[in-house]
Amino acid sequence: MNTKTTVLGQTYQFRDLKEVFAKANEDKSGDQLAGIAAADSRERVAAKQVLADLTLADIRNNPMVPAEEDEVSRVIEEGINEKIYNEIKNWSVAELREYILSHQAGDNELKRISRGLSSEMIAATAKLMSNLDLITAASKIKVVTHANTAIGQRGVLASRVQPNHPSDNVQGIKASLYEGLSYGIGDAVIGINPVIDTADSVKDILNMTKDVMTKFDIPTQNCVLAHVSTQMRAIRNGAPADLIFQSLAGSEKGNNAFGIDVALLDEADELMRKEGTSYGPNFWYFETGQGSELSAEAHHGMDQVTMEARCYGLARKYNPFIVNTVVGFIGPEYLYDSRQVIRAGLEDHYMGKMHGLPMGCDVCYTNHMKVDQNDMDNLGILLSSAGVNFVIGVAMADDVMLNYQSTSFHDIAAFREVMGLRPAPDFEKWLEKMGIMENGRLTAKAGDPTIFM
Amino acid sequence: MEQQLDFLVDKVVAELQKKLGEVSEQAPSPKTETGLIQLRSEPKAEPVANATAAPTPAPVVNEQPAPSKEPERTTHVPNPKYKEGLDELLSSTPARIGVWRTGVRPLTKTMLELRRDHAAAVDAVYGEVSQAVLDQFSLFTVETQYDNTENYLKRPDMGRILTEEGVRMLQERCQKKPQVQIVVSDGLSAAAVDANLKDVLPSLMDSLKSYGLTCGTPFFIKGGRVASMDHVGEILEPEVLVLLIGERPGLVTAHSMSAYMCYRPRKGMVESERTVISNIHRQGTSPVEAGAHIGTILSKMLEQKASGVKLVL
Ligand code: B12
Repeated sequence: MNTKTTVLGQTYQFRDLKEVFAKANEDKSGDQLAGIAAADSRERVAAKQVLADLTLADIRNNPMVPAEEDEVSRVIEEGINEKIYNEIKNWSVAELREYILSHQAGDNELKRISRGLSSEMIAATAKLMSNLDLITAASKIKVVTHANTAIGQRGVLASRVQPNHPSDNVQGIKASLYEGLSYGIGDAVIGINPVIDTADSVKDILNMTKDVMTKFDIPTQNCVLAHVSTQMRAIRNGAPADLIFQSLAGSEKGNNAFGIDVALLDEADELMRKEGTSYGPNFWYFETGQGSELSAEAHHGMDQVTMEARCYGLARKYNPFIVNTVVGFIGPEYLYDSRQVIRAGLEDHYMGKMHGLPMGCDVCYTNHMKVDQNDMDNLGILLSSAGVNFVIGVAMADDVMLNYQSTSFHDIAAFREVMGLRPAPDFEKWLEKMGIMENGRLTAKAGDPTIFM
Repeated sequence: MEQQLDFLVDKVVAELQKKLGEVSEQAPSPKTETGLIQLRSEPKAEPVANATAAPTPAPVVNEQPAPSKEPERTTHVPNPKYKEGLDELLSSTPARIGVWRTGVRPLTKTMLELRRDHAAAVDAVYGEVSQAVLDQFSLFTVETQYDNTENYLKRPDMGRILTEEGVRMLQERCQKKPQVQIVVSDGLSAAAVDANLKDVLPSLMDSLKSYGLTCGTPFFIKGGRVASMDHVGEILEPEVLVLLIGERPGLVTAHSMSAYMCYRPRKGMVESERTVISNIHRQGTSPVEAGAHIGTILSKMLEQKASGVKLVL
């Protein structure tokens, strides 16, 4: 494996694969915090050059987190289709990138090759792609999933309505839910982050959302994003959950910090098959986001793009209904400014789709980052053009419980209108029935939450 | 079981509210009630009358102390199907609903409110906890290795470790191996500490008392992160520790505080071994209620000798 190269007259010798992977990344404050980022653009280009010439076999034969030490590595290893891998193992990363971007590789071809790739190989290609490469490649991949309804079709931009409340007041949650529905938001999921992580409280919210869905015959799915073990308790106590949620990290140690492991996810998966209230076959809602492994000091000296890809490697074991990268959620220590947030959003969406996952994105930022709402407008449009499965809808983008800003109900309506995209088909029919939408446009009634009262 | 707990909590809360009514009349009124924000780094330019240099910002005249944090609860929906219903919805949540639209975009007023609140929230990150609040509870201050606010934001690892001076102060001034250790920190919002401490702490103390628990010497950490609990745990070796810390500021409120709790915190704890109550502020979990609730959780931790995902609540 060659880890040496010359750029502009200077020779660079990299220690190992981890160093090449980290330094080949576009600039991120998280990689700097970890002390593994390229020192300057020359070194970055040198790392990219080395990476481009590595073969897929080089990557697989030099595991950065050995499978013996980490169960996420094991899940990724076990998921590789040997037949497909053997066909391409001698390709360089450069060749893989070019194949992915070529006209020869359409939706089917990319889905097939995906099964022969490890998460690290997919991350490697992202490091050699420009923002437009990431958009071009991702836009070729269509991932349709089904729980109560189907989302992910071409020309569809679905949305999660996120009606959070700072004390889990059920009436307050319902108020924001009505507002969101009246803007045509909520076809991916009605999803609430609870402040109070108890089974009873989770059950109350699941019951309320289910009641609203039943009363108005809404074709969507409900979910309460508590810790998975709390949701499991609620479900065992009879709570109606169409989807089950959990945040994922890209290492066993990171997941340990989240209070989960593969055995627990397996158990939850089993429970949903028996007691989940949707038709399936997809029951999971996962969230990820660059930086959480480093935050838990569980990154094994690896960069945050590769760690993020490994989350997708774990997620694909469970055939989720939706996967959401919450891209600017944590803070400036991992993604410093709008440039880094936009880059990360496009990387994550591409890497997730290359894993065959139904990727959505919480286009978001916190108030301690150098980002504002204009940047969210930009990333939202970019991801809409890349074919993102869904985005997050919060009243005026301001989440009053999680304390950050995402995209608003208005924003999603605008993404759809500007990009010529539609809500999920079943949901659009329902919106028409309710008089909220006509021929893909909001009607005069839209935006009045009292139509549900 | 859970009902019994709720009942206990309610009882404690009711009593506290009575007491607090008396206390708060004497307590110095904290600055944050008016929304005034002190800057930790450079103070904002004083209002200048004769701004001469080219790109200086327009003169600021601080007539009104600051934007009121209570969102205006008016609606712009022109012909709601059910008018009274709309008021009901608005009064049930601080979320920005009933805002209406022009085409698919928000009205100008709504958009400007959002921008205004964003500006205020950005400022809150740079605030400093008022010394009066710390004095009121005789909290002495130790620092983490954060150095300055910019660095605090970029280096969470430094916010997890106390300075040598801080370690020495804890060794000298704090009771070792207490049953309950209370720690306060600014975290990402000093305003949250200013706004809630005076209600949370007395209520927490009373709650501890009602469970027959004793607590060590409380203190304040400047520039702290949640995991600074581990370093404190290493030095003082408490049975349980609660850290009252400012959350990242939001737009509706920059006053949201969390209580992170841990059974026998030591170096190398993982996040899932901690328990948290978040959104402690007027519009979320009220500070008085939170104080009582924290006491209940700490007593459960001592009972079950566990915290985090292993703790059964
Ligand atoms: C940022 C954040 C995260 C980040 C934390 C990374 C980071 N560096 O901050 C990420 C995305 C990783 C995260 C993950 C989770 N979070 Co969180 N998180 C928050 C949020 C929005 C802000 C926290 C904050 O301001 N911290 C203050 C600063 C100063 O702390 P810090 O030292 O920089 O960072 C630490 C804390 O943020 C802490 N932390 C963050 N979340 C949680 C959750 C739990 C249960 C614990 C013990 C600690 C913890 O971990 C950080 C590293 O030490 C709060 C909501 C709020 N308004 O507070 C929810 C919140 C605390 N999280 C919550 C939950 C449920 C989770 C998850 C369990 C979700 C899941 N199902 O997996 C996971 C796993 C948490 C874990 N065990 O590690 C709930 C807790 C509910 C409860 N009462 O138990 C909250 C209240 C929000 C919510 N309703 O979803 N979270």
